Amino acid sequence: MAYSVTSPAEPESSAGLPSAPASSGPPEVGWRRYLWQAFVAQREITPLLITLALFIFFSIDSPNFLTSLGLNSAAGFAGPYGALAVGEVLVLVLGEIDLSAGQVFLFSSWVMYWLWSLGVPVGWAIVCALLACIGIGIINGLITVYLNVPSLVGTLATNFVLFGMVLIFSNDTEATPVPGAIPPQTSTVVPHVGFFGQMFGVWEWSEIIWVVAIAIAVQFVLTRTRFGVRVISTGGNLLGAAEAGVPVRRVKIMCFVLCSFLAGLVGIVDAIKYGSLDPGNPGINYILYAVGACVIGGTALTGGRGTVIGAFIGAILIGVLEAGLNIIGISTNDFFVYIGVIMIVAMTLNGWLDRLAARTRTG
Amino acid sequence: MMDDTPEPVGPETDAPKSSESSEVVLEVQDVTKSFGPLSVLRGIDLTLRAGEVLGLVGDNGAGKSTLVKILSGYSSQDSGRLLLKGREVHFKSVQDAAAHGIETVYQDLALIPQLPVFENLFLNHEILHFGLFHVLNKHKMRELTKRYLDDINVNVPNVNAEAGQLSGGQRQAIAVARATRTNASILLLDEPLAAMGARESRLIIDLVRGLASSRRVSMIIIDHNFAHLFELCDRVNVMQDGHITIDQLTKDTSLEQLTELMVSSYRSQLQNAFGS
Repeated sequence: MAYSVTSPAEPESSAGLPSAPASSGPPEVGWRRYLWQAFVAQREITPLLITLALFIFFSIDSPNFLTSLGLNSAAGFAGPYGALAVGEVLVLVLGEIDLSAGQVFLFSSWVMYWLWSLGVPVGWAIVCALLACIGIGIINGLITVYLNVPSLVGTLATNFVLFGMVLIFSNDTEATPVPGAIPPQTSTVVPHVGFFGQMFGVWEWSEIIWVVAIAIAVQFVLTRTRFGVRVISTGGNLLGAAEAGVPVRRVKIMCFVLCSFLAGLVGIVDAIKYGSLDPGNPGINYILYAVGACVIGGTALTGGRGTVIGAFIGAILIGVLEAGLNIIGISTNDFFVYIGVIMIVAMTLNGWLDRLAARTRTG
Repeated sequence: MMDDTPEPVGPETDAPKSSESSEVVLEVQDVTKSFGPLSVLRGIDLTLRAGEVLGLVGDNGAGKSTLVKILSGYSSQDSGRLLLKGREVHFKSVQDAAAHGIETVYQDLALIPQLPVFENLFLNHEILHFGLFHVLNKHKMRELTKRYLDDINVNVPNVNAEAGQLSGGQRQAIAVARATRTNASILLLDEPLAAMGARESRLIIDLVRGLASSRRVSMIIIDHNFAHLFELCDRVNVMQDGHITIDQLTKDTSLEQLTELMVSSYRSQLQNAFGS
C-alpha cells in the first residue's frame, strides 16, 4: 500500500554534482594554466599579435613607416573604420547588423554643411547633424523591430536612401565643410582655433583620440553596465531576455541609435580633418571594412558575443596594413587580397579558440 | 470576490484537512477554455498549498499545457476563477503573473548562454553601484549568488562560468533558483527531468524538495513520467479529457495503483465514447 518514495523530505542532502569539485580545485601549474586561459579567453589577443607583427614588419622593412607620416596615415585609415566598428559591435552583439552606418558617417557632415550654408552657427549645425543621425538610428531600429524587416535589408535600404539624398541635395558637387569657421587639417596645432575646433578635426590626431575614447566608453557600457547585460541577453536569447522582463525592443532601437550617433560624430570630425565632402563617396565601403574589423577582432555575427576593444584593434590592423603596404610600395590592389585572407584566418581562429575556451572552462 | 465564501462549491476551503495543514495558496475553480468548437478545459478544480509539490499528469491533448498557460498569464480562461490566497486574480500578461509570484520555468528558454551564472541569476534585477549610469556591482552579485546557491544546495563549478557551459541539470537548477530568488512563491515546471541522467535528476529532485520544505515554495510540475512525479511530488492530479479525474497524495498511493486508476478511467471513457 504505502509506496515509499526515496525519502524526499531531506533538504539537507547536498545536491551538488560529484564532478563539481574536480574543476574547482587548484590546477597543477597555476600561473601557466592561468596565462593559457587568459590567452584563450581574451579574443583581442590574436588580432593584437597580428597587428604588432605587421607593425614590426613594416617598421623594419621601411623606416619611413615609423615617421609621423606613416603613423598618421595608419591612424587616418583606422579612425573611420574604428569609429564605425565600435558602434557596429553593439548591433552585432544583438545579432543584427547596421549597413547604413558608413553612409551616416558621410551624411552627418553634409547635414552640418547644409545647415552652415543656411547661416546656422557651426556648433548648432553639428548638434543638429547629430540629432539627424539619432533620427536615422531610430528609423533603423523601428524598421527592424516593428516592421520585422531583417536589419541586413532594412539598413541597406537606409544606406541607399541616404546616399541618394546626399547626391540630390548636393547637386552632385563637392564641397568644403564649414570653410573659414574651422580650417581643414594642418600638421601643427593652429593657435587661433579653440579647443572645440582642435578636437573637431583640426588637430591631426583628434579623430583617433575620439575613436579611442569612444571605444573605451562603449567597452565599459557593454561589460560593466545594466545596458550591456541587456544588449548581450537580447542578442544571446531574445525570448529568454524578454521573459525575464528585459525591454528587448527598446534595447535594439537604442543600439541602432548609438551606432548611428557614433558614426555621425566621428564622420563630422573626419570631414573637417580632410576638409572636403565628396557626394559620390559611397558609405557602404566604410561599413564593410568596419564589419571586417569587428570580425577580425573576434565578434561573431551570431549575436550574444562581441568585443569592442577587439573591433578597435581590428580597425587598427586594417589601418596598419593599408598604410604599410602603401609606404613599402606594394600595390594597394594586394591589400584587398590580404584583408580577405586575414578575415578568414581570424574567423577560423576565433571558432577554434571558442571551442578551446569551452573545454578549459569546464575541464 | 474577496475571501472564501462558505459556499459548497469550493472543493477545499481554508479549514485544514487532517492530512494537510498548510494554507491554500492557489485555487482553480471550475475553469473552462475552448478553442473554437474544441473545448479543452471543461471545468478544472485544483488546489495548491504552501510548500506543496503537485504533479500534473495526463495524455497529450488532455489540457495540461492549456491550464499551465492560463496559470502563467500567457492566456486567459473562458470562465471560472483563479484565487491566489483567497483573492481572485486576473492575469493580464506573463509579467503580471510573475508580479503576483507565479513563474514558469522553461529549461532551455530561461537562461542567456553567453552570460555568467551570476548575471543570469540577477538578470533584470541587477545590483548597481551608481543609479545614474547603472554600473553593475559584480562583486556583490557574485557574493550573493554564491550564498544563495549554497543556501538552496545548488552546486555549480563557478559562478563566473557561462550558462551555456553548464549541463542541462545545472541550467535547470539555475533557472529555478532565479525564479525563487526574486519573488516567486509558485513555480510551474514543465518536464523538469526530461532528458536528464540519474545524477542530474538527483540535483533537481533535491532542489525541488528542498525549496518546498525549507522555503515553502509551491510547485506544479507537468510530467509524462509517473516515476519522476512520485519522486518529486506530494500529490498527483490526473487530467483526462479536460477534467481532473484523479487527485491522490503520493504517500497514499503507489505507482502501480495510479497507473491502474488511469488505465481503467481511460477504458471507461473509451467505452462511453464507443457506446459499448
